[in-house]
Amino acid sequence: MRINKKSVTAIAAAVGISVASSLATAANTIKIGTFLAVTGPASFLGDPELKTLQMYIDSINADGGIDGRKVELFHYDTGGKAKEAVKFAKRLIKKDRVDVIVGGSTSGSTMSVIPLAEKNHIPFISLAGSVKIIDPVKKWVFKTPHTDRMAAAKIFEDMKKRGISKVALISGNGGFGKSGRGQSLALAPNYGISVVADESYGKKDTDMTTQLTKIRNSNAEAILNFGFGSGPAIVTKNIRQLGIKLPLYQSHGVASKKYIELAGSAAEGVRLPAAALLVASSLSNSDPQKQVLLDYKNRFEAKHGSVSTFGGHAYDGLLMALQAIDRANSTDKKKVRAEIEKTANFIGTGGVFNMSPSNHLGLGLDAFKMLEIKNGNWTIVK
Amino acid sequence: MFDQILQFLITGLTTGAIYALVALGFTIIYNASDVVNFAQGEFVMMGAMSTVFLAAGDNGLPTPLAATLSVVLVICVGIFLQRFAIAPARGASVVTTIIITIGASIFLRGLALVVWGKDIHGMTPFSGETPIHIGQATLLPQNIWVMGGTAVMVLAVHYFFHYTMQGKAILACSYNRDAASLMGINVGLMMMVAYGLSALLGAMAGILVAPISFTSYDAGVMLGLKGFSAAILGGMGNPMGAVVGGLLLGLIESLSAGLISSGYKDAIGFIILLLVLFIRPSGLMGKRSSDRV
Repeated sequence: MRINKKSVTAIAAAVGISVASSLATAANTIKIGTFLAVTGPASFLGDPELKTLQMYIDSINADGGIDGRKVELFHYDTGGKAKEAVKFAKRLIKKDRVDVIVGGSTSGSTMSVIPLAEKNHIPFISLAGSVKIIDPVKKWVFKTPHTDRMAAAKIFEDMKKRGISKVALISGNGGFGKSGRGQSLALAPNYGISVVADESYGKKDTDMTTQLTKIRNSNAEAILNFGFGSGPAIVTKNIRQLGIKLPLYQSHGVASKKYIELAGSAAEGVRLPAAALLVASSLSNSDPQKQVLLDYKNRFEAKHGSVSTFGGHAYDGLLMALQAIDRANSTDKKKVRAEIEKTANFIGTGGVFNMSPSNHLGLGLDAFKMLEIKNGNWTIVK
Repeated sequence: MFDQILQFLITGLTTGAIYALVALGFTIIYNASDVVNFAQGEFVMMGAMSTVFLAAGDNGLPTPLAATLSVVLVICVGIFLQRFAIAPARGASVVTTIIITIGASIFLRGLALVVWGKDIHGMTPFSGETPIHIGQATLLPQNIWVMGGTAVMVLAVHYFFHYTMQGKAILACSYNRDAASLMGINVGLMMMVAYGLSALLGAMAGILVAPISFTSYDAGVMLGLKGFSAAILGGMGNPMGAVVGGLLLGLIESLSAGLISSGYKDAIGFIILLLVLFIRPSGLMGKRSSDRV
């Protein structure tokens, strides 16, 4: 193609105009930054989270945005790597100059970004599980998912109700299983429960009958399994194979239909703490969460297929941030942070949030429902 | 106590049988071409995953047919791997070829992720899930399938290498490629047969174990690593060594998890592997190699 002077001027003018217009809109948009593990081993977290953010930002923009300002999403895929997360968080803060960050699928990537958020004074709502993110409280950091400590507490509460005082622990040796094991060991004495066996397995192990045989020969009254992926389903099947009749508790790590599908009939009677999203339609009509949950579930499933609690965490984080910006009537970071901290009675998919300067999660134990698997489906334990 | 140990042994033998099959696959390719094929674990995964998907849904094939088709498919993948990735690098050093197989394993895993997604899948056991009781210990019909299937496969491989012309020709290639070629053996074809056979063993291992352990696109990584350890433990290059190494590794893991600590079972397995290599660098049943100076 030959380029003459005229077309060069035309192109230059066009570029100039588009740059100017993008600058103009950029000044007005609310910029939400996110870094998620959309690919890689933690993609089961990041994938629904990103879909949720995009879906809701699109629909908010279609409705005219927040106070007439459009919302713009800046997204980077970390592949689940903490090092990438730091790189992308820097880019979000320095180059994209986002107003708030809602992201961080895994606890590892969240923990590595926290110093950046603290130093640059950016409100950061994490979507990862670990209790360490908000304990001790960090000024600029919040999170929406339930913690493993809450899961352990919920389980022990239920065991206590059933009169169980001796429990055998079996956990995966990944981050989730290890952390859950630690919390369980620390919390059990508070409920008068002693841990009489403490076994572990590798996350790709094919058979756990050895560990469970040891548990069978202990005097445990119940088994608690912390882990996710294929491990818990194999544990469940092995327990039935060995003819162990003890009640089995799983963590919120298996709160998906996949677990029931994999473990099959062996999953009958298994109890686990989980967010109310799984049982949205069977909640009583007076439950304040019911409407929010059904809305989210129906919208997600209409577009992307089966809903997961992980996408729900992104919904909670995004809406909490946008409502804070709306209340603050500005994207001034100090004001937004203060408003997020004042979040009260926010009804999300994870529960009803009440933040405070000393609590940057804002969920109570009632945010978890104790579920039991019956006839291949979840039922709420009353 | 006796019942406990019996249960540990059953578990160890089942896991060990799978390690043995994977190790045998490593050994065959190593024998034929001195190459350690790190895509062996991916053969295992593909065998299981394609069976799951061929048998899935209402119009799915019956499991035996799906399994047979999957094995054929994986054999083709093995032959393709040899023909289009390994053969063109003829003359390259063994290390280069090994790196090619690592690349192939990453490629195959990625392909499985794209084609089949990242979910974990289960497979229906071949003959039910009613546990069989031996005293207090139990085993599933599928455990018997795994152990029996491995035994049959090991015997078949033994027969192939010692009593058929093709098998002997592959062995000849491993001893001396040039001499074998001069004797009228089609070395290229023999390499393809070796890769195909390895792929067959891998796919069978995957299909046998999937009803117990489930499968996913990344299920081959750990099994490949364990199979490799087993092959080293038994002595790389000796098929019977691979079988012994696999069973031993499975038993060590299960017994150390049962009697010592489940947290350290993998560590104990690898420590024993290291000890064996210190004392007998060529593995338990490997030939002592001597370099010509």
